[in-house]
Amino acid sequence: MSLRVLVGCKRVIDYAVKIRVRPDKLGVVTDGVKHSMNPFDEIAIEEAVRLKEKKIAKEVIAVSCGPTQAQETIRTALAMGADRGIHVEIPAKEMEKLEPLHVSKILAKLAEQEQAELVIVGKQAIDDDSNATAQMTAALLDWPQATFASKLEKTDGELEVTREVDGGLETIKVKLPAVVSSDLRLNEPRYATLPNIMKAKKKKIAKMKPKDLGVDLASHLEVVEVVDPPTREAGIKVEDVDTLVTKLKDAGRI
Amino acid sequence: MSLRTQVIQLYKNLLYMGREYPMGYDYFRDKLKRAFLKNRHETDPQKIREMINRGEYVIKEIEALYMLRKYRTMKRRYYDEETNITAPPPLTKDAAQ
Repeated sequence: MSLRVLVGCKRVIDYAVKIRVRPDKLGVVTDGVKHSMNPFDEIAIEEAVRLKEKKIAKEVIAVSCGPTQAQETIRTALAMGADRGIHVEIPAKEMEKLEPLHVSKILAKLAEQEQAELVIVGKQAIDDDSNATAQMTAALLDWPQATFASKLEKTDGELEVTREVDGGLETIKVKLPAVVSSDLRLNEPRYATLPNIMKAKKKKIAKMKPKDLGVDLASHLEVVEVVDPPTREAGIKVEDVDTLVTKLKDAGRI
Repeated sequence: MSLRTQVIQLYKNLLYMGREYPMGYDYFRDKLKRAFLKNRHETDPQKIREMINRGEYVIKEIEALYMLRKYRTMKRRYYDEETNITAPPPLTKDAAQ
């Protein structure tokens, strides 16, 4: 009942947008492109809000690191039912170089500051697909982690989490406080409707800088090149079964 | 809230929902406007209430549509549907006969 939940939500290029590589090949075009909340983070928010509705959690805090526009993402989270937001301001220029480790440090620090007992994040963001923030946050806090959650249940001081692993499901118990990362099938996130977005404008968003949290944003990684995925090669028609078999053999399929 | 305000509110909410409509916002707005104009002379409060309910239902339907679309895209992108062709186990002599 006294659980305070910290949820991370990232502003990413909308899932429906066709991604274009920048001419300098060091990133993708983001100017004038529609952005929205990372779908896996929506699932994370939804789970936190459901915990609150079940009276398991008492407060849901949505955190986003990014430029000014990240506030819109937080606003969406608030419209979905989060209680308040924290916006960690990072200028667009630095945002490109922001690494999962930085975000993990920020989240870990905030979790301590806010005395959160549960951190829920999406398993990965659909822009960089790092799949690292939850794991590193857990490591930094020295909390247990339950990644790729597809079901979450609270028992006494523990969480029973069903995880999606290769070839099946795994059920684990973790002691609280803990870090959870959400998989696609955890829940079906609600839509942030216009009336709820309006209501969310009354909720508070605290602003801070990474410096305030004592997090250094020095890069450890360097982007060498960003390229489009290879285009799918055209198929061919074969005359008869024998040719098909030969072709498949050549392709190493049989 | 008066019925008039409710109708205006419904119209605004529907417009908001139409921003990501698969056939485009303009198409959606056009249809929406026509649907509202068609019934603008309705004065029976009972009927207006029924229509508002129908509008609310449409909002729910669009929400479901968006959710499903996103879910399916994510599923296709991130979860293998195991379409790789793999060789069947070699036929034993018995099975071949």
